[in-house]
Amino acid sequence: MLTSIMEQLMNGLRTGSIYALIALGYTMVYGIAKMINFAHGDIIMVGAYTLYIGIALLHLPVIAAMLLTAAVCSVLGVLIEKIAYKPLRKAPPLAVLITAIGMSYFLQSVALLIFSSTPIPFKSVINVEAVQVGPVSISGITIVTLAVTTVIMIVLTLFINKTKAGSAMRAVSEDRGAAELMGINVNATISMTFAIGSALAAVAGILYICQYQSLRPTLGALPGIKAFVAAVLGGIGSVPGAMLGGIVLGLIESLSKAYISTELADAIVFGVLVVVLLVKPSGLLGKKTLVKV
Amino acid sequence: MKKAISVGLVAAVALSMAACGSSDTAETTAASDTTAAAGSEAEQAESGADDGMEEFIIGSTGPLTGANASYGTSVKQGEEIAIQEINEAGGVQVGDTTYKLVLNFQDDEAKEDKAVTAFNTLVDDGMNAYVGAVTTGACLAQTDLSYEANILQITPSASAEAVTENPNVFRMCFTDPLQGQMIAQYVIDNGYESVAVLWNNADEYSAGIHDAFVETLEAEDAGLLVADESFATGDVDFNTQLTVIKNSGAKLLFVPAYYGDVAYIVQQAKDAGMDCDFVGSDGWDGVLGQVTDPSVVEGAVFLSPFLATEESAADFVSKYEAAYGATPDQFAADGYDCVYAIKAAMEQAGSIETEALIQAMTEITIDGLTGQVSFDESGEPDKTAKFVQILDGEYTAM
Amino acid sequence: MKKISNRQNWFRAAAILLSYAVVTILLKGGLLNRQYTSLLVPIAVNIMLAVSLNLVTGFLGELTLGHAGFMSIGAYTGALISLNFGATEVLPAPVAFGLALICGGLMAGLFGFLIGVPVLRLRGDYLAIVTLAFGEIIKSVINSMEITNGARGLSKIPLYSNYTNYTVVFILMALTVLAVTNLMDSRDGRAITAIRDNDIAAESIGIPISRFKVKAFVISAFFAGVAGVIYAHNVGLLKPGTFDYNKSIEILVIVVLGGMGSIRGSIIAAVILTVLPELLRGTDNLRMLLYAIVLIAMMIFNNSKIKEGLMMNRTFRKLGRKEA
Repeated sequence: MLTSIMEQLMNGLRTGSIYALIALGYTMVYGIAKMINFAHGDIIMVGAYTLYIGIALLHLPVIAAMLLTAAVCSVLGVLIEKIAYKPLRKAPPLAVLITAIGMSYFLQSVALLIFSSTPIPFKSVINVEAVQVGPVSISGITIVTLAVTTVIMIVLTLFINKTKAGSAMRAVSEDRGAAELMGINVNATISMTFAIGSALAAVAGILYICQYQSLRPTLGALPGIKAFVAAVLGGIGSVPGAMLGGIVLGLIESLSKAYISTELADAIVFGVLVVVLLVKPSGLLGKKTLVKV
Repeated sequence: MKKAISVGLVAAVALSMAACGSSDTAETTAASDTTAAAGSEAEQAESGADDGMEEFIIGSTGPLTGANASYGTSVKQGEEIAIQEINEAGGVQVGDTTYKLVLNFQDDEAKEDKAVTAFNTLVDDGMNAYVGAVTTGACLAQTDLSYEANILQITPSASAEAVTENPNVFRMCFTDPLQGQMIAQYVIDNGYESVAVLWNNADEYSAGIHDAFVETLEAEDAGLLVADESFATGDVDFNTQLTVIKNSGAKLLFVPAYYGDVAYIVQQAKDAGMDCDFVGSDGWDGVLGQVTDPSVVEGAVFLSPFLATEESAADFVSKYEAAYGATPDQFAADGYDCVYAIKAAMEQAGSIETEALIQAMTEITIDGLTGQVSFDESGEPDKTAKFVQILDGEYTAM
Repeated sequence: MKKISNRQNWFRAAAILLSYAVVTILLKGGLLNRQYTSLLVPIAVNIMLAVSLNLVTGFLGELTLGHAGFMSIGAYTGALISLNFGATEVLPAPVAFGLALICGGLMAGLFGFLIGVPVLRLRGDYLAIVTLAFGEIIKSVINSMEITNGARGLSKIPLYSNYTNYTVVFILMALTVLAVTNLMDSRDGRAITAIRDNDIAAESIGIPISRFKVKAFVISAFFAGVAGVIYAHNVGLLKPGTFDYNKSIEILVIVVLGGMGSIRGSIIAAVILTVLPELLRGTDNLRMLLYAIVLIAMMIFNNSKIKEGLMMNRTFRKLGRKEA
């Protein structure tokens, strides 16, 4: 019994680490640009296909293909921001949300046109041996994902809190107008946010595809939604919150599937989100914001 | 004013898109040179084409976009191959007239409401017989319409029992309960003592097979089934369910699902160190194209009406690969056979009247890609199921 | 003031009668082919969904992504009633359908109340994600219940509201539109828009914010439920998968494209966005791409400088009218 609980916790960690990684990108963009980037999940999809092109079609070395993936996603993220979101800076949040949804549909349909709807199998390029802890084995890719997520979380926190560019980001997040008056280049800062956020999506895409080994145009949609839920659960805008939210979500999902009902697992996950938000409306680690009258 | 401008813009875009829409239509039906452009084909059919052959329009719907797009696309491509073959061989001779087959395929996105308009569009376009729908839900939404419009309907792949309730509807594939029973019988016959099942609870195909399988199995011996786990459409991580199954000590895992999901399941089962045998439903066909390492499905057995490696299918497979660059799956084979069933019914009936075609459907036997098929009056196919085993990374008939 | 509202009502009645006459002539005159005939009911359903969502999103200013959940509650409730009473001929068809409509709407409204009371405390993006969550919970629960027949869904639902009964559907649609417009013209409606424009100011002049928020939410859910009942009795088949968040987004897109807080806009956008995919038949994969581009272009245009100039114009004219 204990072993099986341990195994299920590991399964939760496995999905949770992927959710956490995607949620980092969500929370980063939301924290600075104050918008839900619905297309984030689809940038992951673009990342996955780019890696596939790099390795299977262009026969690049693994590292080069990964760098290519990160570069393509960053450029794509900045382009999306410039074309679709920038004209809407002053628009109501709803307009931005709909544009982001439009962007998500756009990327999916382009992928459908280019790669068709038949899934493409893809062999993992990250081969790490599983680690045996007592009776439980932890798969290599899970360890890599967890390590990468933790490193990114730490680097991101340091970057935001310790560097000049990070302070600029925080300033833009706090008060865009005042930041501009202080001589911060708001456009450049937001572009940088999207570049970093999309590079994170690229990393998520690489690890996702190495874990699940199948490419399809809709692959980013469901993890995107789940990761978004994770980001909100952890407190959207908070970097450690995203990591916590992702892992908590993965664990809840796995345990409820294993011990309550596979059919109701989604309902339970969303139910937990609702309860957390009702009790603590800014999420687990979110800052409480006071609205000035 | 604001609204007026917005509406104006939307309308302008709508019009311009409608314009591209009609120009794009020409590409969609590659197999036939005369494509159904809305509204005009009824006349064409009456007047006849230039080469002295009358046109017989086969309507068809299935998902070409959305999450189920690969199924609809396969059926469409299978139909295109069949129609091309028939037309190149001189069309269909019915009495004194020769008919040239024309395919009009409409996207239904596997949604019920879209399926209704897609079907009605086909009726508007003057369809003579109908092959569809690809998915069960869409098909159920159409059967009353086709009955009322008095059109022969053959579904390539809608497998719920209720589909063939109307006398004008025939089916090319197996029903879900039949598959569930046959596979349960296979499991019992092979003497497995502990069996697990992993199914998609948000999918009627999977649920239908699962229910019949469990029922048959428990009628035999209630202790056989040691784990009954499910997942939802779109899931990619099955480790939780697989851990439960592994810990239940099952010697055999039955997965009634489509190859996309199956590829994830078998891979993750291997990663989790499971060593049980696999058995699958006909949705498994194509699984080898989806796994990165064929050894994960080595030894798996599944039920399939169609095997791309079989001698009898070689001609079809090579044509299909040349045209679309992919190996045909059972959906393509079902689509192909449906077209040949219609051809056979036309020749048997000696007429293209719906009543005669329906009557003829019960009299014909076709030697199709999915085996020798005849139909009974309830619309069900009479054909033998083949169990297929994956050996050395190849599909092998058992 | 009174005179104007009377004139408005006359105008609305005339517009309704005129559109009914047009539909009847098209249908009886055989001018509509089957494809477009089968679109009549979906258009009406989408109008009802868009107008009811507009009440919450456009007028109350709260972003919700769970409208399809209320639609599914209505659809399933209604379908179960007509399957159990109508199809078995316990009740005559019109009675069964009437009962289905009322119960479907009330059940959706009840859930609107149960969900609305706790979640309407949340704001903006948080409310959006929680309503999305509830939509998915409803879908999951329906999918795992015995009575709704799980993933296989309900079939053989009597077709009480298909195009042959378009008059009934038309009346229900007109009632929905009139109910929402009249609500917005009333004192309650002004309170609802006041909450949208500035909730603190609204509260300070004595408007009970929570009560009006929940009220708008419940009414919106009720009509979404009724639309669901009509949907169920048009297609004859219900599956839980139909009502996922993509459906909610589809309705939201209609509302946003038609213009937030504009009922006429919602109606026009609902008609266009229901007919458009049919016009685009044959473009297959390109259709979604075009749809996405239109969506982005519309949003950018709506918030561009050109549009701003027009807005200014309109505001001026409106001010002028009020003074006169």
